[in-house]
Amino acid sequence: MTRGSRKSWQYFGLGLAWFYLLLWPLMGITDGELHFKETSLVWLRVAVAAAVCFALYRLGRRGTLDPALRPLAAARDAVAGALGRAPRWMLLVPLAAFALAYPALTNRYAQDVAINVLVYICLGLGLNVVVGLCGLLDLGYIAFYGVGAYTYALLSVHYSLPFWVCLPICALFAAIAGCLIGYPTLRMRGDYLAIVTLGFGEIVRIVLNNWMQLTGGPNGILGIKSPGVYLPTFADGSLSFEYLAIRKLEYLYYIILALAVFTIIAVYRINFSRIGRAFEAIREDETAAELMGVDTFRFKLLAYGLGAVFGGLAGAFFAARMRFVSPESFTFIESAMVLAMVVLGGMGSIPGVILGALALIALPEMFRGFELYRMLAFGGAMAVMMLVRPAGLWPAARLGKRSDDSE
Amino acid sequence: MPAILELEGVCAHYGRIQALRDVSLRVGEGEIVTIIGANGAGKSTTLMTICGIVRASAGDVRYCGESIRDVRADTLPSRGLCQVPEGRRIFPRLTVRENLDMGAFFRRDADGIEADLGMVYRLFPVLYERRTQHGGTLSGGEQQMLAIARALMSRPKMLLLDEPSLGLSPMFSQHIFKIIRNVNEERGMTILLVEQNANIALKLADRAYVMETGTVVMEDRAENLRENQDIKKAYLGQ
Repeated sequence: MTRGSRKSWQYFGLGLAWFYLLLWPLMGITDGELHFKETSLVWLRVAVAAAVCFALYRLGRRGTLDPALRPLAAARDAVAGALGRAPRWMLLVPLAAFALAYPALTNRYAQDVAINVLVYICLGLGLNVVVGLCGLLDLGYIAFYGVGAYTYALLSVHYSLPFWVCLPICALFAAIAGCLIGYPTLRMRGDYLAIVTLGFGEIVRIVLNNWMQLTGGPNGILGIKSPGVYLPTFADGSLSFEYLAIRKLEYLYYIILALAVFTIIAVYRINFSRIGRAFEAIREDETAAELMGVDTFRFKLLAYGLGAVFGGLAGAFFAARMRFVSPESFTFIESAMVLAMVVLGGMGSIPGVILGALALIALPEMFRGFELYRMLAFGGAMAVMMLVRPAGLWPAARLGKRSDDSE
Repeated sequence: MPAILELEGVCAHYGRIQALRDVSLRVGEGEIVTIIGANGAGKSTTLMTICGIVRASAGDVRYCGESIRDVRADTLPSRGLCQVPEGRRIFPRLTVRENLDMGAFFRRDADGIEADLGMVYRLFPVLYERRTQHGGTLSGGEQQMLAIARALMSRPKMLLLDEPSLGLSPMFSQHIFKIIRNVNEERGMTILLVEQNANIALKLADRAYVMETGTVVMEDRAENLRENQDIKKAYLGQ
């Protein structure tokens, strides 16, 4: 055993001891009695599993496992190479087919999770424009989700406007909110901007919570209509349209799928446009961008407003799906979740953000079997992911992509 | 020679600290003018004030006969005034090509941009080789070339250069300065150069200003300053 490996095993033991100290107060103290057996059993299982993983990791680092891993690595490279060479539609078509067939293959619960994932994909991609492209750390992004949700809720309850009419109005209101909040805050830079956006996010939630006449305060708004469609019918020999409210989960799934696809295409277009490059220049060096003739304030406001639009769209769908909104859905923890998706997935990378949303929504669901320790397992999984892939699950690798020289 | 840039009694502050005191200088069209001086003399602040990044608290800045004192910084490149800032400040995670495109950001003439791209690639062949590489992966000298090339992409009438020799080997500095002279002679580009390396700057420039503690203390033709005893002692190390 080399000296380096002994040292790392020592740290590993220390970590396990620390884990026991953390676990025992949680499990061992009940009704004034102290138990050790149960805790020790759980701890032992975790310790053995962790030791096996760690030993494999060490062996992998030392190269002992190379003979076993080489064919695997070769297979992975071959697959990656084949994927890289395949035309894009060959990857997109099966993916789209799967997304379309998804409700037929799964049950209600899985569809519910999928809808959640898609909502967060919209939010994550919207925030990605602000944080990933423009480099503005926004900790109050969920405010725009709330503005979108409440806009649709109020328009639906008071004016009975249909969902499809409200969708662009929600986007517009969210964009206006983005500009109103952005105008005073975007003069800040770095940490100051993060704190101010955090404050504004909370202000929006507190206003929703306290403006009883308009928002119903903590009671929220009930009786929001589902999205509907007008189906043509030929009753009595003449053409008439029958209103049909969409309440079935499959149909809601298709609506949010369409919204998510729209968001992906829109963000993709922004990403690879002149505007997207200006955003990135601002992220890289604001003063230099200004010296190159970029109106930095206007572009930052534009990034903020564009990000808010996608948040507003997702919010409108959220209100229509739940048929109920209350300020509780728009707390800081939601902003943090969306930000975590962007960072975990890979800042500025569209597939990364999609993977991040999938991981952060689907993982806690997968850990439901662990009951009480769900969040612990989730935290552990996140820590491991950040250790193994610090640049994100799918880092933005657009090296030379936007400006491929045609020569 | 008509003046393209004039500063008249310009003062500037960082918070309560005064960085520029009553700075006046004049650059004629087609000239190479250099500002030399020690650290903290206000050379870079002068350039930043001309570009409107730092606001002048008193005095006036005139470019092509018009006051640009209260003009937004981002409108200046389209008027032909472009700066290569100190420390290069290229965009590290954009490719070389994208960095160059950013230099032509305000321009809409696709053909002209394409032609200028060819021109800077001819001027700096290494940038063509590295066009798909991230700016941050270039060496210091290559980054300096990229910074100058990026500014040239805006097709400026007047170029402000802040310490182009910073952190470069003497050979690389020579190369950069040759290119500066080249664009001045061939395209009639006016150049205002800030340099700590007074020796090389005074060889290149037509005229020079010497700055100390935020103000201009001397002004003369470059060859006269090269022979000046005080300058020799203080800046040329002779």
